[in-house]
Amino acid sequence: MDSTQTFQVFNRGPSPGARLVFFVVLSLLLMFVDTRFRYLESTRSVLSVLISPIQRLATLPYSFLQEAGDFFVTQNSLLNAKKALQRQHELDAIQMLQQQSLMQENQQLRNILALQQRNQFTAQFAEIVYAERDVFRRKVLLNKGSASTVQAGQVVMDDKGIVGQVTRVFPWLSEVTLITEKDHAVPVQVLRNGLRSVAFGAGDTSQLSLRYMPVSTDIQNGDILVTSGIDGLYPPGIPVAKVEKIERDAAYPFARIVCLPVGGVDKFRHLLILSSMPKQVERPEPEPVPDRQKTRKPVGH
Amino acid sequence: MPYLDQTQPEILRPVSNLFIVMSIVGALLLNALSWEGLWLSLRPDFVAVVLLYWCTHKPLRIGVGLSWAVGLLADVGDASLFGQHALSYTVLAFGGVVLSRRIRMFDLREQTTQVFVILLSTYAVYAMVHWQVNGQVVWEYFLGCVTSTLLWIPISFLFQSMRQMRVDRE
Repeated sequence: MDSTQTFQVFNRGPSPGARLVFFVVLSLLLMFVDTRFRYLESTRSVLSVLISPIQRLATLPYSFLQEAGDFFVTQNSLLNAKKALQRQHELDAIQMLQQQSLMQENQQLRNILALQQRNQFTAQFAEIVYAERDVFRRKVLLNKGSASTVQAGQVVMDDKGIVGQVTRVFPWLSEVTLITEKDHAVPVQVLRNGLRSVAFGAGDTSQLSLRYMPVSTDIQNGDILVTSGIDGLYPPGIPVAKVEKIERDAAYPFARIVCLPVGGVDKFRHLLILSSMPKQVERPEPEPVPDRQKTRKPVGH
Repeated sequence: MPYLDQTQPEILRPVSNLFIVMSIVGALLLNALSWEGLWLSLRPDFVAVVLLYWCTHKPLRIGVGLSWAVGLLADVGDASLFGQHALSYTVLAFGGVVLSRRIRMFDLREQTTQVFVILLSTYAVYAMVHWQVNGQVVWEYFLGCVTSTLLWIPISFLFQSMRQMRVDRE
């Protein structure tokens, strides 16, 4: 293209080359600011108002196909599913009866000992709209946002265990950081012996690790880790991970403990957002040594 | 094939702004469909192809600035780095605007090779930013470049015929 025009009849603004340089510099600047600082979150959420209807529309055909598939199921498969559900229901019913009596008993015992009752938490159903396409970032977007009173910091789980935590909230979307994200911390407890610890995400793989556990610590392969509820953010007693591998090397002060998440951290489409528990904050009060606890239990971010 | 052979240029009605906007929104929608696994890497970048079409056919109306803005929207939608798509679409639009006269001289089959080079540079810019930030190159990503190029003929064909249907006089 001949760019040495000497005169222009029509004023067409700056040349494509000048525009290219301007916008390239602007993009580089934006990327730099986005990686180093977090100033652009508000801009992002404003622009997401424009783009989220399009995204919502784009997920429609998929859900429509699923519903259509649900419509054309055979009677046989329905019967089988019904049978399996009935069996499961019978099994669960027995356990439910036991659990109810246990809960009653537990409540009574807690009353007698004047301990604070465990709070019930309510859950909100949400669906994953969008999984991050980046291999290195463990985040998903859910279809509930601040319009449905989702707040940053709420806990997200599926039917098996903890999946993550809401970190950014847009009007109709919310971003969930999965527990396997690098340095994401969940306060946990070993179900077998009540040992407290903090599970950190590994980042590059879908694993968790327990840090700062002495070599002599009482932990075994296959131990289930549940939330301890000490931070007042995660409700207590929800499964988080299972211990997969323990390396005890006397040369290092700490054991290397690798766990796998129990919940379907990168599997399912439907998740539950737990409502925050305001009363839970009072629970640490009876603990006698607040200083030591603060250093050992960083609150999940 | 009347459309493939563009030696006698047809008189097309001026394009309305609404048509351009709707085509870009449609492309964003197609990009946002739930593509997974291999399909995700095979997915053509609809937005890039549509933007390139308008940059080559209407270079005075759709240019570098607008492509940059659409890129920002794509960044928000993909939750990628703010400015990553914007940068690559800026390069795309520059290529499209500067080469617009040359590309329009060729017929659709010959255009494809020219378009491939522009799209390849766009994909390379995006992958380079990814490499700088995350320290790895995802080679499957470049498959999308090939499918995007293959999309050029159907998209041009579609838009050309849609613009023609509106001819009544003129």
